[in-house]
Amino acid sequence: MSERVRFFQTGSFAVGNRLLPLDARTVQSDPSRSNSLTSGHRACRGCGEALGARYVLDAAMRATGGRLVTVNATGCLEVFSTPYPETSWRVPWLHSLFGNAPAVASGVATALKARGRTDIRVLGQGGDGGTVDIGFGCLSGMFERGDDVLFVCYDNQGYMNTGVQRSGATPPAARTSTTQAVGPEPGNVFGQGKSAPLIAMAHEIPYVATATIADLHDLESKVERAMGFHGARYLHVLVPCPLGWGGDAAQTVRIARLAVESGLFPVFEAERGEVTAVSPIRHRVPVEEYLRPQARFRHLFEPERRADVIDRLQAGADRNIERFGLLRAEERFGPPLGEGS
Amino acid sequence: MKAPFAITLRVGSSLANKTGAWRTERPVYVDRLPPCNDACPAGENVQRWLYHAESGEYETAWRELMRDNPFPAVMGRVCYHPCQTACNRGKLDEEVGINAVERFLGDEAIRRGWTVSVTAPPTGKRVLVVGAGPSGLAAAYHLRLLGHEVTVRDAAPRAGGMMRYGIPAYRLARDVLDAEVDRIAAMGVTIELSSPVPDAAAALRDFDAVFLAVGAQLSRRTEIPAGDSARILDALGVLRDVSEGEPPLLGRRVVVYGGGNTAMDVARTARRLGATDAVVVYRRTRERMPAQPFEVAEAEQEGVRMRWLSTIAAADGGTVTVERMRLDETGFPRPTGEYEELAADSVVLAIGQDVDRSVVATLPRVSVADGVVQVGADMMTGQPGVFAGGDMVPSPRTVTAAVGHGKQAARYIDGWLRGEPYAPPPRHPLATFERLNTWYYSDAPATVRPTLDAARRVSTFAEVVGGLDEGSALFEARRCMSCGNCFECDNCFGVCPDNAVVKLGPGERYAIDLDFCKGCGICVTECPCGAIDLVPEET
Repeated sequence: MSERVRFFQTGSFAVGNRLLPLDARTVQSDPSRSNSLTSGHRACRGCGEALGARYVLDAAMRATGGRLVTVNATGCLEVFSTPYPETSWRVPWLHSLFGNAPAVASGVATALKARGRTDIRVLGQGGDGGTVDIGFGCLSGMFERGDDVLFVCYDNQGYMNTGVQRSGATPPAARTSTTQAVGPEPGNVFGQGKSAPLIAMAHEIPYVATATIADLHDLESKVERAMGFHGARYLHVLVPCPLGWGGDAAQTVRIARLAVESGLFPVFEAERGEVTAVSPIRHRVPVEEYLRPQARFRHLFEPERRADVIDRLQAGADRNIERFGLLRAEERFGPPLGEGS
Repeated sequence: MKAPFAITLRVGSSLANKTGAWRTERPVYVDRLPPCNDACPAGENVQRWLYHAESGEYETAWRELMRDNPFPAVMGRVCYHPCQTACNRGKLDEEVGINAVERFLGDEAIRRGWTVSVTAPPTGKRVLVVGAGPSGLAAAYHLRLLGHEVTVRDAAPRAGGMMRYGIPAYRLARDVLDAEVDRIAAMGVTIELSSPVPDAAAALRDFDAVFLAVGAQLSRRTEIPAGDSARILDALGVLRDVSEGEPPLLGRRVVVYGGGNTAMDVARTARRLGATDAVVVYRRTRERMPAQPFEVAEAEQEGVRMRWLSTIAAADGGTVTVERMRLDETGFPRPTGEYEELAADSVVLAIGQDVDRSVVATLPRVSVADGVVQVGADMMTGQPGVFAGGDMVPSPRTVTAAVGHGKQAARYIDGWLRGEPYAPPPRHPLATFERLNTWYYSDAPATVRPTLDAARRVSTFAEVVGGLDEGSALFEARRCMSCGNCFECDNCFGVCPDNAVVKLGPGERYAIDLDFCKGCGICVTECPCGAIDLVPEET
């Protein structure tokens, strides 16, 4: 968890802060950031994944001094960034199949090791389809072998590129093109799907963390932290999808924030299978506030309000809050300025 | 060119793909009017000077403040800070302690001897300011900055007007007032004291323009049937005598009649002069009192008692007869016919002040209504070249409003003297709370100013409210949310999924790269202070 410097006007939460020394500001506030995923890509307006990928890779580039290779599973991120003959990547970037990105990343790491280039680090990345579903066997193998790879999952909770199909990360009650919003239990069913971060923890790998695009300081500090470990590491980043979630493009970051503040998406980090820190909820909101701006949950409010379904979702959020201690968490901030910071 | 090993496709950058073509709306940076600035009667750019104070650039902050108000140290003590009432942060946790920071800056300027120099070329125009109160001195300061020759005349032996003769020293230390008045004099303003101006028409022959700011210094009287031995004084007289070091004999039991700030000042002064029993008699209720709630609270802490819903029916040696009132359905106090006697060695009337209008008696074109001199939007009276402001014109009668009048008048006088009428710049639309994204501001409750122990207060005229030390002032300044004005937090630069925000460098803010901006509006939603609008593209 990052050390917070307490500046009251800007808060500690904005991207930059003119009152901070340059080296203490976020990577994203730096005009010379690497812009690993640069302009001209064809992601939808307000794409959370494009934002998340740049946040993660720019932070990883800083942490590794620019010695980084990325391996990218098939998915939105690959499709919108590399329509031939254009590429938006300003990092060494390798495209693999939908299902084998973790294995390819393992191979790259092994090859670099064989050539004695252990200074070059490997970052695998994919969407939730490529990570949680299709590439899951390769991912588990990578964890099990302890290959020196940070694998990042940009979780937009479905197969958005191919037309918004359900994935193992789609939340209950959400409408996708394969989970219709009709019937007594509309949308995706309760009790299915899986938590990839918890499964990653079960491998007892050195480092597992979750983050969102709504708290940049937290996300960057986790990437930097992950690059401080060797062996298999996993970072799961929530990236709302305006298209698949049916949210206003301008609300992408806000929706990610509401996912955290409602308790539906717990933000934590774990080492060797044990949770070591959680990001506490700052201003708790009922799940309804998170659900309402998203068309994929509209059937919970129209034609009539489905209190039974909303209550079940709320119960899930409450369980997360209880399980991870999201309200009891230690105050993350340092002491006020002038008292030792 | 030969492709590298295993590379078969030659690729180019996606920078060739100008995604700006997708856009239907574009983000536009705006400056909105922060509610503090909007509410300030002196027209201070509060948000702007707080911005400098946040970075510890106190002198820059002070100079920004001095652009509008030559009395930061006075203001930081006596202003009723409508800026804080309007502050958006009050909707989040507690309002920013703007007044306390202002006082810190003002005191810092005095301590370090910061001065203001006149850089405008001399205009050769001469302006007479009648009255060395807040309004007159503020006008003199601004006129001098604009290059005019300014003479201030006042009937009193010392400058400051109501700041000296109306506000007790426990609210405004006299060395502070002296320092800020002296700083104006040092700019080349001639201040002539004990020099009443009986006739504005005559003065107009020697000066190119006249600014009248004589205040409202006549205590209003009321008919109280009183015996020969009754001791009845007026509030302004009491405060004036105390200021001049000749406190009147009030006795041990003092009744103050009235419910305004002056009534509180007199009652608290009486306590300090040794009255064991100071009672404020007011005909309405606490809620309807014109006095500021904090003044009532501080008076009560000092042992001043309040008698609401009461009028004084008669006074005689040693007693006053008080009649109970009740409010009718319109809220007007009505007599009940129930009487009560209070022991009183003296009665002080604090029921309002009137304007001495003799100065305009020889100017028939100056109109007077409701006892005050009428002026246009340009602060000019009916007599060309004669302007007026402060308590003698329609006004809330606070020091801050007077200072604001002085500034306004100076700008209009300047325009009039140059033959180029001053046009106030258009006001930006308000920066409302709803436009803020407050998630980005840390939770930070307000800093409380130290106050003098109540037991010590009644024995001394030392200042009741203290100042903040530097650390606390800095803390407080940094609680500002910079409503509606970019403070370069880099959020827009960071949250753009298309790298379409360009950072122009410190103090230069940002620009949108319209070649790549898709118009998603995330920067607008995530701007903490609401300084970006999303506007439709022309089709």
